[in-house]
Amino acid sequence: MYSPTFAAPQSIDEAVRMLGADGAKPLSGGTDLIVQLKSGRNRPAAVVDLKKIPGLVGIEETADGFVIGAATAGAQLGEHARLVAAYPGIVEGAELIGSTQVQGRASLAGNLCNASPAADSVPCLAAAGAIAVVAGPNGEREMKVSDVPAGPGRTNLAKGEFIKSFKLKKPAAHSADAYLRFIPRTEMDIAVVGAGVNITRDGANGPIKSATVWLGAVAPTIVEVDASCIIGTSLDDATLAKLDAAAQSVCNPIDDKRGTIEYRTKVAGVLARRAASIAFKRAGER
Amino acid sequence: MAKTHVTATINGEETEFLCDGQQTMLDVLRDEMGLTGSKEGCGSGDCGACSIIVDGRLVCSCLMFGAEAEGTEIMTIEGMADGENLHPLQQKFLEHAALQCGFCTPGVLVASKALLDKNPNPTEEQARYWLAGNLCRCTGYDKIIEAVMDAAAEMRGE
Ligand SMILES: Cc1cc2nc3c(=O)[nH]c(=O)nc-3n(C[C@H](O)[C@H](O)[C@H](O)COP(=O)(O)OP(=O)(O)OC[C@H]3O[C@@H](n4cnc5c(N)ncnc54)[C@H](O)[C@@H]3O)c2cc1C
Ligand code: FES
Ligand code: FES
Repeated sequence: MYSPTFAAPQSIDEAVRMLGADGAKPLSGGTDLIVQLKSGRNRPAAVVDLKKIPGLVGIEETADGFVIGAATAGAQLGEHARLVAAYPGIVEGAELIGSTQVQGRASLAGNLCNASPAADSVPCLAAAGAIAVVAGPNGEREMKVSDVPAGPGRTNLAKGEFIKSFKLKKPAAHSADAYLRFIPRTEMDIAVVGAGVNITRDGANGPIKSATVWLGAVAPTIVEVDASCIIGTSLDDATLAKLDAAAQSVCNPIDDKRGTIEYRTKVAGVLARRAASIAFKRAGER
Repeated sequence: MAKTHVTATINGEETEFLCDGQQTMLDVLRDEMGLTGSKEGCGSGDCGACSIIVDGRLVCSCLMFGAEAEGTEIMTIEGMADGENLHPLQQKFLEHAALQCGFCTPGVLVASKALLDKNPNPTEEQARYWLAGNLCRCTGYDKIIEAVMDAAAEMRGE
């Protein structure tokens, strides 16, 4: 009968060595991996639990921002008041993942590395310019979160590499993010479209100084929307219409039971507009 | 296949068990320890019938490897009553007829306990969202929510 070996290394070096073996897979919360292991879709020869490695679970606020352990569960993100205040959109995305039970385990690294195009925490991480700190056989390297997914179920991590932590910079004054997803019900479903927006305003009442907009579930990986049309504006209706069009123009979705190509494309425009409006308002409140 | 030796505290008792790499905590509880209160409704994280509390966090035991339990403190439905004395949630579930077939009940009770441990005074909306990962095919949920709200009030001494 199929049965993987299990190990819970206590150090990065030990984990790198174990993950260098053929068929070894890292484990964070297991809410994707264990489901896939049971269904037979993913049959790793070895499971390497990362949660016993110091720093892999927990949130640290530093002078430069935040360092989030790769395997930290969503529920812990939501309990960290300073993180919620700084990056409400990232936490919103992470907290949309599954039920309370799933929240007790599901991590940012697992969400990113499972590489579903619909992963809810990824658009806002990308919009924030989050950095993934990657450990591997050749030491550590840093990658932009947006460079990690390669396509559905595939990442750009090399053999033996895994994500150790995420770095988020201290948010600029008058900046905030927001995430919206559309699903056919209110809980426990996979995004038809997700939109993450990060906006910095020129003063609390000022226009938009910089903005990043990323969409999920409308292409094989998350995609960036050209947000130059909203810079210098205060999101009047004409500007929002331009953002809507810009969002629709980057969509390359699939047709499935959750939504047709046409529907997903239209919803992407609507969510980009609404998420931008929320981020803009939040940015004015700080 | 080498088995992993695990020591964990289950319902207050230090417990040792052996498990292999594909066994979930739910498999260990049911098949190795005879703790069959936790149910397998789906095995994929969707139904919540297998809910347990691990180091203070509510999780699906079907989505946790048994080997991950090393050094943890676990509470299952079997640890809910105090001997012959039912937990107020269990008592209120009986009074409100918040169960029919009972298959979902252990998971709902454990999840409700995790809620009240964290928030002794939830709103009905908070309780409904918290329990959204616990599916029940019989009750229609209203009686479950009434029982949870009533138990919460009683535990607050109201
Ligand atoms: C009932 C249910 C509902 C769900 N709902 C949602 C939802 O609404 N939105 C959503 O986006 N997802 C959802 N998911 C999917 C899943 O919960 C998330 O993708 C979650 O974030 C995965 O994190 P994890 O820590 O559990 O990952 P794991 O299962 O531990 O790992 C997932 C993948 O990433 C790899 N991995 C894990 N950690 C690392 C690391 N540090 N470095 C490199 N690779 C790593 C693993 O090898 C595996 O391939 C749901 C799952 C369930 C069971
Ligand atoms: S059996 Fe674990 S969630 Fe259904
Ligand atoms: S009482 Fe039958 S499933 Fe809930």
